Amino acid sequence: MVRFENVGLRYGLGAEVLRDLSLEIPAHSFQFLTGPSGAGKTSLLRLLFLSLRPTRGLINLFGQDVSLLDKDGIAALRKRIGIVLQDFRLLDHMTTYENVALPFRVMGREESSYRREVIDLLRWVGLGERMDALPPVLSGGEKQRAAIARAVIARPQLLLADEPTGNVDPTLGRRLLRLFIELNRSGTAVVIATHDIGLMDQYNARRLVLHEGRLHIYE
Amino acid sequence: MPAAWCSTKGDCTFMSKARHDRGAMMDLGHERPQVPVKARIQAPIVPRGSVAGRALVVVVAIMTFLASLTTGVVLLVYGAASEWQADVASEMTVQLRSVSDRNMERDVAAVVAALRALPGVAEARPLSGQESGKLLEPWLGTGIVLDELPVPRMVILRVAPGVPFDIEAARRSVAAVAPSATIDDHRAWIERMRSMTGATVLAGVAIWLLVVIATIISVSFATRGAMAANRPIVEVLHFVGAGDRYIANRFLQHFLLLGLQGGVIGGGAAMLAFGFSESLGSWFAGTPAGDQFAALLGTFSLQPAGYLALAVQALLIAAITAFASRRTLFATLDEID
Repeated sequence: MVRFENVGLRYGLGAEVLRDLSLEIPAHSFQFLTGPSGAGKTSLLRLLFLSLRPTRGLINLFGQDVSLLDKDGIAALRKRIGIVLQDFRLLDHMTTYENVALPFRVMGREESSYRREVIDLLRWVGLGERMDALPPVLSGGEKQRAAIARAVIARPQLLLADEPTGNVDPTLGRRLLRLFIELNRSGTAVVIATHDIGLMDQYNARRLVLHEGRLHIYE
Repeated sequence: MPAAWCSTKGDCTFMSKARHDRGAMMDLGHERPQVPVKARIQAPIVPRGSVAGRALVVVVAIMTFLASLTTGVVLLVYGAASEWQADVASEMTVQLRSVSDRNMERDVAAVVAALRALPGVAEARPLSGQESGKLLEPWLGTGIVLDELPVPRMVILRVAPGVPFDIEAARRSVAAVAPSATIDDHRAWIERMRSMTGATVLAGVAIWLLVVIATIISVSFATRGAMAANRPIVEVLHFVGAGDRYIANRFLQHFLLLGLQGGVIGGGAAMLAFGFSESLGSWFAGTPAGDQFAALLGTFSLQPAGYLALAVQALLIAAITAFASRRTLFATLDEID
């Protein structure tokens, strides 16, 4: 589903932050992406999400060479990817419900066709009572869960999560991990970038370890 | 696929099978009432308040007002000049200079008779001595006895509208009966008026273009400002797979509405101003100032077609606002991506 061949990335004229990355992310797979701070985890996620272009190498996503994609093509591929960012990126003028439903709205679906699905997911992530609250009044953990719900609501084929349990307590962290596992079982490939060794120890999955810009894969 | 959310075990207890949208209420803040989930009012993706709307409406309204004033004044000047031009063009003056060996009265009568015999002449009337004296009053004062002065005599010639009039034939006929007679067809005046009208129209078009350019620049700045203020929204929309066209349309709706508001306010104010000036003209009719004004610009009233032109112009400026905004939106989206 995702294939990197000798991918390198540098910002401006600086040194390469990612070097000679070659990896495959098969469909339905589950992997943790880890490494020390500054190793390039977020940069790799941004490459996977097509918000960065590699300075060299080849990225093939869903069978398409991303270097050949125009903006509409990138937008179409992004609809198949869900992403959870460290800073949540919720829209402050929309309720939790509206934030989570945003991918459906962008797809042009009628509100009545997804209302139940959104409410169910919000309840599942423990935001049933907060669905009408605006993000500024949500706690960090609640924002995290809302961001995760928004990323998974449209059943993406690939889910990318950057430190998804960084702002929640261990109990909720376990529950969110179960959400990712459930999603993976239903067919979504999952990449979770995390520092949390405890989280990784809870589930036996492939580990992609970034160190000094190079990738080491532990199956 | 709600079932999948329910497939986890243990604490999945809140995955109630009951219809929880039956009575759930959403808190929409102070501005919106609480409504059942069934009838959710979706917040706009780009909040209207985040687009610097009021300032832009004022700018577009002012620009539309100025453009409308320019257009209206150009239409008035053009209309008045055409009217005046038609009047002057249909009237000619025959001047008979005083020559020692000729009888002036006989020459005048001969000229009038010759002119009346020509095709296309509606009227040929000699100015009486009294009328000529009135014309010279500003220079010579009152009480002048013209008989003692070699004052030329005038014959006013009016041409019938729509009938071709051969000015050269008229000159020949007049010269045959009175060698000192010359015909002034006011061509110099007409040419001067034509060039003055042309210059006014050109100046009006130039001002109109400047106003439109200023509008485009203002709208571009406002669009950039709105995009900068809403950059987080644009980024999130990109994250959830929205294309540039989708995002641009969310903003465009606001700008089209703002442009329409500004256009209607500015165009409406200009129409009111012209309506008011028309009333003002009728109030002052009969007074010396009113008469001078009427002599220069006619009735100072826009024809219905003029008002229609102003309305079309207001819509045009709204469309220009939307177009400028759309161009800036796509350019800015390219930069953001």
